[in-house]
Amino acid sequence: MKRERNLQINAHGRLQHFLTIEGLPRELLIEILDRAEGFAGIGGRAVKKVPLLRGKTIVNLFFEPSTRTRTTFELAAKRLSADVLNLNIESSSAKKGETLLDTLRNLEAMHCDMFVVRHHLSGAAHFIARNVAPHISVINGGDGRHAHPTQAMLDAYTIRRHKRDFMRLKVAIVGDVLHSRVARSEIHALKTLGVPEVRVVGPRTLIPAGVEEMGVSVCHDIETGLKNVDVIVMLRLQTERMRGALLPSAAEYFRLYGLTPARLKLARSDAIVMHPGPINRGVEIDSQVADGGRSVILQQVSHGIAVRMAVMAMTAGSQAG
Amino acid sequence: MKRDGTDIEGLDIRKLLSAMAAKLHAFLESRGRQATEIIGVRTGGVWIAEVLRRRLKIRGPLGALNIAYHRDDFGRVGVHPTVEPSDLPFTVTDRHILLVDDILYTGRTVRAALNEIFDYGRPASVTLAALVDRGGRELPIQADVTGVSLSLKSGEHVKLQGPDPLRLSLLKNPDSPTA
Repeated sequence: MKRERNLQINAHGRLQHFLTIEGLPRELLIEILDRAEGFAGIGGRAVKKVPLLRGKTIVNLFFEPSTRTRTTFELAAKRLSADVLNLNIESSSAKKGETLLDTLRNLEAMHCDMFVVRHHLSGAAHFIARNVAPHISVINGGDGRHAHPTQAMLDAYTIRRHKRDFMRLKVAIVGDVLHSRVARSEIHALKTLGVPEVRVVGPRTLIPAGVEEMGVSVCHDIETGLKNVDVIVMLRLQTERMRGALLPSAAEYFRLYGLTPARLKLARSDAIVMHPGPINRGVEIDSQVADGGRSVILQQVSHGIAVRMAVMAMTAGSQAG
Repeated sequence: MKRDGTDIEGLDIRKLLSAMAAKLHAFLESRGRQATEIIGVRTGGVWIAEVLRRRLKIRGPLGALNIAYHRDDFGRVGVHPTVEPSDLPFTVTDRHILLVDDILYTGRTVRAALNEIFDYGRPASVTLAALVDRGGRELPIQADVTGVSLSLKSGEHVKLQGPDPLRLSLLKNPDSPTA
């Protein structure tokens, strides 16, 4: 893990790449949250822009489809006055290493300053960060099952906005933890920020073996898992990543693990409901809950812009001096 | 009259602020800008602005600017340490604005503050007040009203400490002069 940390933090101790939460110190996560707070108001101004990254070129390098993540990264870059290039690369599975390096060299030749990378293979963002020219920053926009650090930080930001003190919280992460890079990054973020109790809740087939080593407790029964929690993070059932019969059916999954108004009552009365999106109504979450007063799902989207602005400003500024 | 830096630590800031308030009152009245909104530049400018707001009996809330994202030295120093974000709890468009900073030096902070204010709207006018004008301008920016003008030796810098009590101190060869 030391290697990853070194890769993300440069010789001046600044965040040069943002690839994974794992190994980053608490102070740095807090700095991201505090900076995001500073950027949050910009969306409400007449001119929704600050000139911080004027003249920088940021490439959204997406090897896997995405709407929310790509558009919020794009908006974040534009609100910092950067120029944005969106590349959606539908990659065939073979020859990827070679193609990827060729793509990188071409983008470097165009004098780009930052890559936001989404890839279906775990480790893709690390691979790119190791191979780019030293002046380029790489931000992981989700790699395989591995990590989605900006999503974890925007969730942490949303939690802090509603709950203030991480040190007293009980958080339940419910659903397909096995395939979820969001869950992995989220657990690292919440544990680093000092959340004392993180529960992962889901069927045995969708909870990775050994997850307890990350400092979480495992619950296969949703009623027990939701009891008295302050925050519920619902995960999307990632059918596109599933191979083999992990589940009987979507309807059966909803019956056993779907978040319904009745189940929400088991949590604390002021509990918030989060979901990284896109939501599958009637599969992991009931529409009444998704659209209800405790849902902060759309706030998460807005917060995503501020958090991504913070990460972009910090990584782009890491090479100053 | 310009003073040197030797005795600024003993300056009575309350007196300076009273004199500034009187000058500002006359200045704003002579230009028909009585109904102003007041904005301080974080952090020291906000302290000064709060005192001036009371003395000038400005009824509206105090605005505060964090110009970190409008600075011109991002390429050299990266993002500045986090301070509280900007907060302008009023409409800027068509309003007279009284912009307040603690120390006026190169003028780059004021340039950044003006740019940020215009991102909120188009004010009818902006009046600039600074507690200290320490010379050394690098941009064509002047305050309409100042508390005190200083002539400092090379390597000397002045810093406002506060908010209670407000006190000026003289720094010799600090690592990073501001304002």
